[in-house]
Amino acid sequence: MKTSLINRRTVLTAGSAILLTGAASQPAYAQVAGVSATPTMRGGSNNYRPGAPIVERIGGGGFWMTGTVRQAGDGAPLPGQRIQIWAHTTEGHERDPQSHGATLTDANGTFRLEMPQIVPAFGQAHGHLAYDSGAFRTVFLRPLMTSPKVTTLNADFVLEPA
Amino acid sequence: MRSALIWGLVAFVIGAPIVVAANSPLLQWREPLYIAAGLAGVVGMATMLLQPLLVVGALPGPSLTTSRRLHRYGGLVLVLAVALHVIGLWVTSPPDVIDVLLLRSPTPFAIWGLLAMWAIFGAGVLALLRPRMPLRIWRWGHTGLVLLAAVGTVVHAVQIVGTMGSVTKVMLSIALVAALFLAIARRKVWMMGLRPRRN
Repeated sequence: MKTSLINRRTVLTAGSAILLTGAASQPAYAQVAGVSATPTMRGGSNNYRPGAPIVERIGGGGFWMTGTVRQAGDGAPLPGQRIQIWAHTTEGHERDPQSHGATLTDANGTFRLEMPQIVPAFGQAHGHLAYDSGAFRTVFLRPLMTSPKVTTLNADFVLEPA
Repeated sequence: MRSALIWGLVAFVIGAPIVVAANSPLLQWREPLYIAAGLAGVVGMATMLLQPLLVVGALPGPSLTTSRRLHRYGGLVLVLAVALHVIGLWVTSPPDVIDVLLLRSPTPFAIWGLLAMWAIFGAGVLALLRPRMPLRIWRWGHTGLVLLAAVGTVVHAVQIVGTMGSVTKVMLSIALVAALFLAIARRKVWMMGLRPRRN
């Protein structure tokens, strides 16, 4: 009696193989296709105040917003890029001017800005970041904190030409 | 004794989340309107525990007539609480609330809240139209909307990192769903139209 090629065992084996190789080849794919640009997140631009000044730190500090800025394609770090940051903190609502500030990326394309502790607002402890300087396409991010108790939040940008 | 126990239990399940929310450390970083908006949400949710108990007269003391009149006032309180909740949040952070109303919010709990809001408003509108409505449509419609409101509210509340304490939040959630099912079971809403009306 001839057995069909498609039975439970072959389907499961083939399926697992595709899943495994698919997962394993993810980095290879990224190398070939290049690093893709970060899309703007939903709600990312809420309570944005364009033109936040570059500051040493926002308010009294105690919390660190960190991240990287790279360019799409080769993933090269982008130095000197202005990143604007705001959040609901212990020192003010998102809309308040004193809750906003900006910083520049260093030679390695990383940035780090001290700010007051972010506290949960509108149901989630979250921050807002913007790249909105013109040379690349504008991106708004809205990363979530893993817990309201953590004192740092990271957000990475991959920018593509405007 | 039994009635004191029931009232004590209800008062605790309603009072505890309100007291915890009113003492949340988050409040020190919020403006008065934002605080009021949040508390209005908690008060509204607490009302949703009382409503089914009132409509079937499960709370000892008041007559069924009084109890059902209180249910109508409870509905009014609930609608006003939801309105204050949404308007207060809107004034505090307009883009966040507009995102929710346009179904493009990044926060899933907000969409559940929106579902609950429309279901509560719908249940209220049905109550106003009730005199002109076939009994079966009224009963099924009001019950169905209230069920949606309860599910939406519970999912909304449980997912939120806010002023409500997590223990009291779950306690109130379980209680209000249980009370609703008790009322539906007592009234045998699913039998509506299959038997003559009693009471």
